Amino acid sequence: MSATLRFDQIRLPPQCETLRQEVRAFIAEEVAAGTFDPTQPRQGDLHNAELSRRIGAQGWIGMTWPKKYGGQERSYLERYVVTEEFRAANAPVRRHFVADRQSGPILLKYAPEHIKMDLLPRICRGDVCFVIGMSEPGSGSDLFAAKTRAMRTNGGWLINGSKIWTSNAHVADYMLGLFRTSPATKENRRHGLTQFLVDMKTPGIKVNPIYQLTGEHDFNEVVFQDAFMPDDHVLGEIDGAWKQATSELAYERSGPERFLETLYVLIELVRALGPKPDLRSAEGLGRLVAQLHTLRRMSVSVNGMLQAGKEPVVEGSIVKDLGTMWEQKLPARVRELAAFLEPEVTNRTSLEEQLTYATLIAPKLTIQGGTTEILRGIIARGLGLR
Amino acid sequence: MSENIVAETAARIFTDLADPQTINSAKDDGWKAPLWQALVEAGLTLAWVPEEQDGSGADLADGFAVLGVAGRFAVPVPLAETLLGGWLLSRAGIASPAGIMTVAPARPGDRITLDSGSTLSGRARGVPFAQEAEHLAVLAHGPGAPSIALIEAKACRIAEGRTLAGDASNVVTLDRVKPVRVAPAPTHFDQTSLMLMGAAVRSVETAGGLEAILELAVRYANERVAFERPIAKFQAIQHSLARLAGEVAAAITASGSAADAIAHAEAFDDATFLEVAAAKVRSAEAAEEGAAIAHQVHGAIGFTSEHILHRFTLRLLAWRDDFGNESHWAAALGSRVAARGAEEFWPLVTSR
Repeated sequence: MSATLRFDQIRLPPQCETLRQEVRAFIAEEVAAGTFDPTQPRQGDLHNAELSRRIGAQGWIGMTWPKKYGGQERSYLERYVVTEEFRAANAPVRRHFVADRQSGPILLKYAPEHIKMDLLPRICRGDVCFVIGMSEPGSGSDLFAAKTRAMRTNGGWLINGSKIWTSNAHVADYMLGLFRTSPATKENRRHGLTQFLVDMKTPGIKVNPIYQLTGEHDFNEVVFQDAFMPDDHVLGEIDGAWKQATSELAYERSGPERFLETLYVLIELVRALGPKPDLRSAEGLGRLVAQLHTLRRMSVSVNGMLQAGKEPVVEGSIVKDLGTMWEQKLPARVRELAAFLEPEVTNRTSLEEQLTYATLIAPKLTIQGGTTEILRGIIARGLGLR
Repeated sequence: MSENIVAETAARIFTDLADPQTINSAKDDGWKAPLWQALVEAGLTLAWVPEEQDGSGADLADGFAVLGVAGRFAVPVPLAETLLGGWLLSRAGIASPAGIMTVAPARPGDRITLDSGSTLSGRARGVPFAQEAEHLAVLAHGPGAPSIALIEAKACRIAEGRTLAGDASNVVTLDRVKPVRVAPAPTHFDQTSLMLMGAAVRSVETAGGLEAILELAVRYANERVAFERPIAKFQAIQHSLARLAGEVAAAITASGSAADAIAHAEAFDDATFLEVAAAKVRSAEAAEEGAAIAHQVHGAIGFTSEHILHRFTLRLLAWRDDFGNESHWAAALGSRVAARGAEEFWPLVTSR
């Protein structure tokens, strides 16, 4: 048991600041060219294939990966800077972000060489979109209750069942899916699941849209009916996917995207308050800045520790727990602080539109990528309580 | 997290002479003198005074590490205050006296002035440990630029007062007090500089205190049996403690970052202001949230005087008020952010 939490004081090295200026210049050019508008958050949730390719051409996708797979062999802290700059600008990067953050690193670790040589460079170019196939109609947070089956057949596997809440599935080229290859055992209920690379063009795969409360189409149900997966699409150990999930989680959970998803309302509030806010607004704004600064320092710390080869699993979960709670409450806090603004404040319409969208998406923030409850369970285990 | 020799020395002294349970059970203040003596002999009380001014000349970072350890023991002696006093005097090249010191003002709105006849007047509230101190290090206004002075405590009127935790905290009144020494403060050094340093000190102690209550609460939850199992096995308790861990993590990170910023800064600039103000705000918020959770997990036993939990939680709550409370720093930070404008918001956040 150890209740000791560790957050090393990590400062971004100078090359990160050079890179940051490059990314800001790139974003400014794209905004000037009308590719996207940082004050339109709804737009930031869209896909833009051309923009993804231009970002890829800059070497900013898969940038920590080996050069032979199209990567740049740059540090996690450099990737951190790129991620936070695009996120803070509300850039539509969804098309390549899942592959950059999660799918690519898993392929890098578990895919056969010829698949890595084929797929990873295409990810780096911003050419391919990935979807995560984990949740099912009967299993979400309880990942290891997944039932969708992969049955052995000649030269491969036949998949039957369905995955749900699959963001991007309707536009994705590939899925990393978790399928049942054996029943769970009495000793280990996590046994029996295997990770597969799924080509979404495979016959027998049907994608049905599920519209979100925002009116947008992001979620899907993906139905598999005798969809054939060749043997070389198995990633890692058959029946042993549970061993592969944990180490990637710290990366997935501690990034800047875990507290910046509604940042635009805070920036718009600063614009609305003007240079001399009243005491109530100044105090409220100051608290939010203090909290944001702290979250970012925590997040940089975890990424720096990962770069140094440490495994801050509990610390990463804490960043996501605090970060998502913060970004979820942010629209409500901004709404309070804007309550007594003069009606003729120039950006009132813009602020209200942004608040509407941020309020609509707020509930998902503490659910996606590991719910608050799951995170607190992981933290409690790390504290020696479970 | 004692990773340097100075902090390890401090931890050893506190373990031997400032054990919270021993102090809590003590009938009198007999433990105080040996503890202070050991801290003096180890050179910890004047760690931030250069060697040529009779201090031990430790790095700022080492001093902050010592204060983190002191926070973990909720040490009820004026170590932080004496460190701060020595640090303030050394800004003006004034050598530190032996013995207990504190600093004034300790609140941003209070003001002490130096008149043309070189005497000091004014009132400072909430001066920590003033009634136990032999000397005060004072930041005074005027004439013209700020000055730094060393004064004798007995030259001031010091009203009896206590914090929530029972530590001395006093209103100090100066009426034409003649200083032992007085010298001009360095360029760009003013009362805000002193408040920032004091705020950083309290933030670091707060993070240490929060680490201690997390450890206490986790241990208690694993030991205490209710409904036929350790309460740690209940999800409600697990999630409360996970939230406490989050608050501890935020305080450690924010205060560590602020201490690191001060240790590496040339001056108390905008970046330092952001770091320290954020640390004081966030660590005070964590203190409030964290103390409540630790008490809830401990149940009734944590509300007794015989249990040591209050030694930590009450100090955590009391420290919120010293050197600018969280409302003060939040408003000051918010005003600065607003004055810079929306376009400068993200660049400011990413500058640290």
